Amino acid sequence: MEATQVAMKEFEPKIVGFFCKWCAYQGADLAGTSRMKYPLNVLPIRVMCTGRIDPTYVLTAFAEGADGVLIAGCHLGDCHYETGNYKALRRFALVRRLLEQYGIEPERIRLEWISSSEGSKFAKVVTEMTEEIKKLGPSPLKEVA
Amino acid sequence: MRIGFYICHCGINIANTVDIEEVMKFASQLDGVVVAKDYRYMCSDPGQDLIEEDIKSLNLTRVVVAACSPRMHESTFRAACEEAGLNPYLFQMANIREMVSWTTDDKEAGTEKAKRLVAAAIRRVVLHEPLEARRESVAQAVLVVGGGIAGIEASLRLADSGKKVYLVEREPSIGGHMAQLDKTFPTLDCSACILTPKMVEVGSHENIELLAYSEVKDVSGHVGDFRIKITKKPGYVNASKCVGCGVCTEKCPVKVPSEFDMGLGVRKAIYVPFPQAVPLLYTIDRDSCWYFQKGTCRICERFCDVGAVDFDQKEEIIEIQVGAIIVATGYDVFDASKITPLGYGHLDNVITSLEFERIINSSGPSGGEISLKDGTAPTSVAILHCVGSRDENWNRYCSRVCCMYSMKFAHLVRERIPEAKIYELYIDIRAAGKGYEEFYNRVLDEDVTFIRGRGAQVTRLATNSEEEGKLVVVCEDTLLGIPRRIPVDMVILSVGLEPQKDAAGVARMFKLSCSDEGFFLEKHPKLAPVATATPGLYLAGACQGPKDIPDVVAHASAAAAEAMAMLDRGYVVLEPEKAVISEETCSGCRICLDLCPFDAINFDEEQNIAVVEEVGCDGCGVCVSACPSSAIVLRGYTDEEILAEVEGVLA
Amino acid sequence: MENPKIAIVLGATCAGCDYSLLDLPPEVLLDVLGKVEIVYWPTATDFKLEDLKAVPDGEIALTLYEGAVNNEENEELARISRQKSQNLLAFGACSCFGGLPGLANVTTREGLFRQAYLDAPSNESNGVTPLRVSTVDGHELTIPDTFDTVRALHQVVPVDYYLPGCPPPLDLIGEALTALVTGDLPPKGHVFGSSKSLCDECDRRKESKSIHELHGIHELIPDEEKCLLEQGILCLGPATRGGCGYPCVKMNLRCWGCMGPTPESIDQGANMLSALASVLGLDRETDLTDEAIEVLMKQVKDPLGFFYRFTMPTSLLKRAVRRNQ
Repeated sequence: MEATQVAMKEFEPKIVGFFCKWCAYQGADLAGTSRMKYPLNVLPIRVMCTGRIDPTYVLTAFAEGADGVLIAGCHLGDCHYETGNYKALRRFALVRRLLEQYGIEPERIRLEWISSSEGSKFAKVVTEMTEEIKKLGPSPLKEVA
Repeated sequence: MRIGFYICHCGINIANTVDIEEVMKFASQLDGVVVAKDYRYMCSDPGQDLIEEDIKSLNLTRVVVAACSPRMHESTFRAACEEAGLNPYLFQMANIREMVSWTTDDKEAGTEKAKRLVAAAIRRVVLHEPLEARRESVAQAVLVVGGGIAGIEASLRLADSGKKVYLVEREPSIGGHMAQLDKTFPTLDCSACILTPKMVEVGSHENIELLAYSEVKDVSGHVGDFRIKITKKPGYVNASKCVGCGVCTEKCPVKVPSEFDMGLGVRKAIYVPFPQAVPLLYTIDRDSCWYFQKGTCRICERFCDVGAVDFDQKEEIIEIQVGAIIVATGYDVFDASKITPLGYGHLDNVITSLEFERIINSSGPSGGEISLKDGTAPTSVAILHCVGSRDENWNRYCSRVCCMYSMKFAHLVRERIPEAKIYELYIDIRAAGKGYEEFYNRVLDEDVTFIRGRGAQVTRLATNSEEEGKLVVVCEDTLLGIPRRIPVDMVILSVGLEPQKDAAGVARMFKLSCSDEGFFLEKHPKLAPVATATPGLYLAGACQGPKDIPDVVAHASAAAAEAMAMLDRGYVVLEPEKAVISEETCSGCRICLDLCPFDAINFDEEQNIAVVEEVGCDGCGVCVSACPSSAIVLRGYTDEEILAEVEGVLA
Repeated sequence: MENPKIAIVLGATCAGCDYSLLDLPPEVLLDVLGKVEIVYWPTATDFKLEDLKAVPDGEIALTLYEGAVNNEENEELARISRQKSQNLLAFGACSCFGGLPGLANVTTREGLFRQAYLDAPSNESNGVTPLRVSTVDGHELTIPDTFDTVRALHQVVPVDYYLPGCPPPLDLIGEALTALVTGDLPPKGHVFGSSKSLCDECDRRKESKSIHELHGIHELIPDEEKCLLEQGILCLGPATRGGCGYPCVKMNLRCWGCMGPTPESIDQGANMLSALASVLGLDRETDLTDEAIEVLMKQVKDPLGFFYRFTMPTSLLKRAVRRNQ
């Protein structure tokens, strides 16, 4: 009986968010300061720059049971470190192809440019991604013993 | 490991949607946590005291505070740790306000998310190592970019306090937009009369090196030690020889529209932008000079008694070192021709506010005479507010100055043409400022017709004899609720303020962020209105957002004060978050070398390893995540620390 | 004093590791053989499982387990090896990281069987895949069941030492065996090999890693003096533990990564991926459109097969998602 109830409850995805401290993290703060309501599924982790995000982090997140990974940083050209986000852009293009080979849908990893003034964009991205992952269902890796 | 955990209610800001008791209970059961406490305001003195006492009495080795964003109070709590003898970097903050409580109404879900962030912070803090911030000395000079009233004010304040100032202005003269204005509201002081003494002071101040007709080309380094490259454009007149007699301009055969007079008057190819220019140095505009364009002329050279004209002058690169930078690059005005129905650019006698400032100025192209294209004086004038401002199609924001200068125009027209019909078409009158409401009332008493409604169209198509030969302003009078057609002789479009056209490029060069509208972003909208996210970089004036002159002057003085305080302290604290390469594991593959945005990685040929130059490293970590053998560590953001957070949020 | 006992146990292996033992210089091999007692080595002589089982627990000084753990027999041998030995050494890339057999983790047992016994074009298949139990002439025969997921040795039993490589480098084998016979074994957990990546010992000229074109080794004859990666050849050396003497690179072939990750690395494949993507297209990064980046990255034809050729079972994700086959 209890088990059915749990199963009936809507799937709440866990999405790990890696946000650069100069833009996206501040954008997220702004969404909060502006009291914008959005789903609570994205779990934020602050990093210096999207260029600091090692593909290892994304793989670890999936290995530890994440249903999605959101990477967000400064707009291209606005990186606090000039070009860190360009590195992220190329790395995650390749990571996506790798994940596909592992059988993980590429939609589960999303890269977004969110400036420190784009609180509403942050809220919108989080809402959209949460919806999208809900549609995709739990990470297929969870079925792996 | 002895971790102290503290959770803040932030009044009701957190406590409303996060169950404080439950998070505390959860945290107290996590590995290493020896004490878990809550307080209404952790950031208050009693809140900090609570932590400090626990560190001492319970021998805490790590501290975690779950409260607001680390951007708010990380430094507060680090300082508290240090006060109690704990290395400030053995602290971690969980952001459960901006990231949690403020984003939801669901207390159960909010509590759950708060627990995850707390678990991540506690797992992370276990791995923290004590770090030391470095102190570096500060170069005792400031770069001020932009010579409008903001840059002038900031430069003078700094120079008066004995600081060396480099003031860079890209036009041949300082003065900016304020030099173009006629009178200033609400006191109606003559703009030039109050500005020129300051300009002269800048030009002669022993502590100010004025670099006019120059642009900043490159910025590197960091707070306390910025390295700047400036290009000084050739003006083809030798500054040390030119006496400013003006014979060259008199003799020059080339006439081009004057930028300073908004194209309404003319200037020569060799010119000073306006008589009170500082520096009073003649400049040859290469693009219009016959010698440069056609190969012959050189009349100016012939008539210059002192031999100051120098056609061989070359662009010059100046390199300077400064401790702080003040960006005061000002604003641009909205291009009224974008709103076609208003007729600007294709209907005669439809002009912009800045053009009107020149027209009404006694040293302007018409000698201060308000006249129509045909030379007659207008008998009726309509002033349209909010052109390009408060408009979903263009700029949504209010430009703040247009209501006041529009009413100033009404007053000036009334002064010059006592019998004229004057209309103000406004959405709302915004007269918030010292003496502003009084000025509004004064203009109301000067027989000016205020119509509440945005000017929608300006047309020559007459529908009756009264409109014949007139400009007809079409609008909806929102107080009467009727459409109106107002025939007038002259229409003044009160254009709003916009970021400079090249603001995005400037932002890139100085590593500034821009707000949605494109103005430079301050560190905090209320508490740090002149500082930016980059230490040592300050904003002054309208480049940060539309401002009137008193606000610009206050803002610029504040920027000067911040820079001054930093220079006077004499040192800056450089964050310890730097990349470090392990000698034991680096194999000298050279992948990292080309990746560093600051060229802070050198190669040690002898040892066959890469080495990070600590002062140059800004801690971005691009090299760390690219190192194929994981030989580079970013202190404060190690792989282990970040992965502990990943595991924590997912646990 | 008795000579120390050693055993050499075979899991899911091609037996290439055995050949390395035989390739040891005679003076080393004979010296070692004279100082040890071999209690189990089925490749060399006719040892039976019973022989191994008969050794008292903990009596074997050192067991070299080669190959991955891919079926019930491999697992049983791994457990017995652990039980009988004071020291268990994962011998070769398969044992250390899963190795080439580990790439079977892209599919399931059924998928694997279908490919190996039915779909592969080289098969002269009669449509039969291995059955755990079958009857022949009235006798019931069983074969060990194949697992869905290939594992490295340490994912099955605790391991004391690791000696990677495919095959394991002779110098390192010599080092390990000498350590045993002299009684001077390193601390537990030690990995035989360098603490740095292959680039440390590789003497090719290194200049700038900024590259934009990748080439297969069939597409050009690389400059023998210059770093292969700088010539656009996907060499895994920067992310691979050194100590092998880089024989492949010396032969103008790229490093495939058989020595596994460097000591500080969490995931060899992710490390190399990040390094490669960082330098690929670097010199014109601000001009690249999303499409151009796609094209650039598609030059890596098979990311998983390249970055994790020897380490998929010990990678962070360990195996691919089981799809409905």
